[in-house]
Amino acid sequence: MTDSRLTDSQRVVVTGLGATTPLGGDVASTWSAMLAGQSGVRVLTEDWVDMLPVHIAAPVAVDPSEILPVPQIRRMDRSGQFALIAAREAWADAGSPDVDPERKGVVIASGIGGVTTLLAAYDTLKERGARRVLPMTVPMLMPNGPAAVVGLELTARAGVHTPVSACSSGAEAIAYAVDMIRAGRADVVAAGGTEAAIHVLPMAGFAAMQALSTRNDEPERASRPYDKGRDGFVLGEGAGVLVLESLEHARARGARIYGEIAGAGITADAHHMAQPDPVGAGAARAMSMAVAGAGATPSDVVHINAHATSTPVGDVAEVGAIRNALGDATDGACVSGTKSMTGHLLGAAGAVESIATLLALYDRKAPPTTNLEDLDDEVSLDVVRGEPRDLPDGELLALNNSFGFGGHNVALAFRTVQA
Amino acid sequence: MAASEQEILAGLAEIVNEETGIATGDVQPAKSFTDDLDIDSLSMMTIVVNAEEKFGVRIPDDDVKGLSTVGDAVSYIQKASA
Repeated sequence: MTDSRLTDSQRVVVTGLGATTPLGGDVASTWSAMLAGQSGVRVLTEDWVDMLPVHIAAPVAVDPSEILPVPQIRRMDRSGQFALIAAREAWADAGSPDVDPERKGVVIASGIGGVTTLLAAYDTLKERGARRVLPMTVPMLMPNGPAAVVGLELTARAGVHTPVSACSSGAEAIAYAVDMIRAGRADVVAAGGTEAAIHVLPMAGFAAMQALSTRNDEPERASRPYDKGRDGFVLGEGAGVLVLESLEHARARGARIYGEIAGAGITADAHHMAQPDPVGAGAARAMSMAVAGAGATPSDVVHINAHATSTPVGDVAEVGAIRNALGDATDGACVSGTKSMTGHLLGAAGAVESIATLLALYDRKAPPTTNLEDLDDEVSLDVVRGEPRDLPDGELLALNNSFGFGGHNVALAFRTVQA
Repeated sequence: MAASEQEILAGLAEIVNEETGIATGDVQPAKSFTDDLDIDSLSMMTIVVNAEEKFGVRIPDDDVKGLSTVGDAVSYIQKASA
């Protein structure tokens, strides 16, 4: 099912992974926690929590202040700190490839940008005056700040980019990086997403939309995709970064290959600013494009890491979209909703979940969807619950879905690559 | 009562360390902020504003340009706070 139209210099594979998430400070700890069905959600202790109806979120398991020196912390928004930590891990994991800087690219997305920097600077301005506003404020709050941080770290000069499409940003970054390599603009690209928006203002905004779970007394059970009792998503934070290169480039340097990014579909609903298209037409089209781009058919799809945020409307709309895209082949794909464990990492979600999808193929193990006690009658999917699900041998295809406010839909198709 | 030269140097070294990570012992009067300590203009402005607050002085932007060494800054702060 490999797309025969593509040469090995156009086929894009993943050779390095890095992450910092609510489940762990790196990929290994995140993945083992995910397979074990652990939760990264907890009750917040910040003073401002009392202002909100929501008292829970999923902060990173390892705070950047435990890793980065203070001067670096002070010059970087929290989202940039996450991106730097994840990118360093991914690059080292890829074997720190020796690449001409002019052939090295970076695509690091963010959904919201440096919002904590912006709000802290505004507090400083009001309380202490304009002269006290730090000169690094603008480079810290701009959404491309984390991409620039990673570009400086890796000395990447082939182009440093930041797609912004709310909760599909991280997946869009990966699709963009694939295009950069296929277009011949770069040999190796570090791509992913980052988000650091656990703060009273974004949370007040999400709460006003009634998008967040208010299951404050049971934080670990609050994010429950597909369960009848779901009442909204849990805000998470963190970053995921993947190192991408052509199959030809990876094989030439003897790199370990996690899998291929075989197809990508990007569509827009043009339906509503914040509601999914009720029949999921745009989301279905993205999935179909990803499968077709992989030179595959729906029956090749064995696993889907769904967007599944745990909102009442969104989860069901995605089920319809999956069934529209895959038809009867839907029943042959097991579905995982890993936000049940990580919470919703917004602009980082597509990147962290792409890592989970790749590792599911690489280890042939799909992670569980936790807190699924009473399956919604409208969810006609084979949802992985309880224990992880073993995936079969042979060449496999898996999808990762990401959808964002604004009507953005991104589906990525990943395929196993034989060593 | 105004701070001594030694006290100003020690306080300034702490501010520089906090902003840049440079060891306090390396912040010596003869060192140039740009050539020796590799401090860029954005960090310099942060150091100036923190020094203003710590020593209760005002250092206008035009005067910052004249502070090329650590010693220049110590003397300026001492004069301004005298």
